[in-house]
Amino acid sequence: MSDQPSSKQSAFDRRAFMAGAAGSALVPITARAAAEDARVSTAQDPSLPVDVTLRVNGKDKRLSIDARTTVLDALREHLKLTGSKKGCDHGQCGACTVLIDDRRVVSCLTLALAAEGQEITTIEGLATDDRLHPMQQAFVDNDAFQCGYCTPGQIMSAVACVKEGHAGSEADIREYMSGNICRCAAYPNIVAAVKQAAPEIMKG
Amino acid sequence: MRPFSYQRVTDPTAAVQALSAAAAANDALTKAAAQPLAGGTTLIDLMKLDVMRPTAIVDINPLAQGWSAIEPGNDGLRLGALAKMSDVAAHEQIQRHYPVIADSLKLAASAQLRNMATLGGNVMQRTRCSYFRDVSYENCNKRNPGSGCAAMDGVNRMHAVLGASDQCIATYPGDFAQALIALDAMVAITGRSGTRNMPFAELHKAPGNTPEIETTLRPGELISAFSISGRWPRSVYLKARDRQSYEFALSSAAVALDVQNGTVRDARIALGGVATVPWRAREAEAVLKGQKFDDGLAQRVADAAFADARGRRHNSFKIALGKRVVARALQQAVTMEI
Repeated sequence: MSDQPSSKQSAFDRRAFMAGAAGSALVPITARAAAEDARVSTAQDPSLPVDVTLRVNGKDKRLSIDARTTVLDALREHLKLTGSKKGCDHGQCGACTVLIDDRRVVSCLTLALAAEGQEITTIEGLATDDRLHPMQQAFVDNDAFQCGYCTPGQIMSAVACVKEGHAGSEADIREYMSGNICRCAAYPNIVAAVKQAAPEIMKG
Repeated sequence: MRPFSYQRVTDPTAAVQALSAAAAANDALTKAAAQPLAGGTTLIDLMKLDVMRPTAIVDINPLAQGWSAIEPGNDGLRLGALAKMSDVAAHEQIQRHYPVIADSLKLAASAQLRNMATLGGNVMQRTRCSYFRDVSYENCNKRNPGSGCAAMDGVNRMHAVLGASDQCIATYPGDFAQALIALDAMVAITGRSGTRNMPFAELHKAPGNTPEIETTLRPGELISAFSISGRWPRSVYLKARDRQSYEFALSSAAVALDVQNGTVRDARIALGGVATVPWRAREAEAVLKGQKFDDGLAQRVADAAFADARGRRHNSFKIALGKRVVARALQQAVTMEI
């Protein structure tokens, strides 16, 4: 988490809120929760933006957003990290898959506010310097895509699939990659790519 | 999505207070203004669809510190309500002593969703009835009480053949709940006056005349844990669906048996994908108990499980399919090596 002070510009400021807590019946509870976990953003008035710090690919990013913003929209619309794709926007297609605290999740059903304090890894954070991550390289080597729209989600999901220990057989790979839909049906090549990359990833 | 206030709570008391504060006394939980956010895989989805319209979101994920333990013991099992589906499915002791639980979780949703979704949220997930999920259909008694039911004379291939009423035929979509109800699980519920325990079988309510009331939970109450007595190594979760992975059940069976020398001493059977609520098939269990197992008996048990089933225009196939799923699950449970 960033230690930077809260923005003074936002109409909703945690410190101002703490100082002036009064009003609705919810306030004491909120104030208490905030006091116990001061790094957590709380949106009290839905019509106001709320300040949040997201840690994305190892860097803290400060945002002022609508409480309804998902991690996917925060990445794409606010941080201009457009690698994560919006397919269905309902958690069905997997195109928006990112890692949160090293676990694969669908970012379209994750509220940005709820992801504060957690480590978000996107496709943009996978390569080191100019060297592709082994899974990215394996997708290239095996022609594991056609249109490419699902590919960032496939790759993020595949990295987690391997680390979970679910890439031991083709049947396992198919089962544990079923949350990532490929409209071009590049599935055989995706399975081949995951198989290729798995030993190298497990080696670390 | 409609606007909402958001707060993250760090202790159960604050959670209960925040969830109760906005609730009118007789609010159905499904219509309550304040909703708890755990994994969010149902809630955020239904908010995007405008099916659920809470004005306050209470993020209870910090409660996971106390509410996510997976505790298998010699005499039974306790599962925290905020344990993730994936963690429970992958737990070696759960796989060995409660395969019906591990498999019900593993065969549900996708790896991503199982990483997000919690056990408590999973049993509270709402129906996948397409007329419920699409607000352009005016008539849905669950969404708009008193408006009618579009599924009744609509395309009801996915709908329930057991536990339906003339108000609602929406299927309970989950898998894990069938394992819980089969194993006589207890559920711990934390509310204003502390924590109470009740049989899991008393959590869900058949639609009757009030399909908008889906459980006996009241606003301000949270599921905090599940517990199960004994071990059930001879247990199976079998799920038949339109595709092999990442799909809801057309028909499923949770089966747990105690078999000694070919005789079934105890039997638990629950059905999924075919009923409006997690469905315990007690009549079928009675046919099975005390008998020597063979394929003919499996068939009679399956017939008993669906004796009261009522098909509609597009879903009658579920009765034949469901019987085969029950019979096959029993055969698998009897022959599995433990």
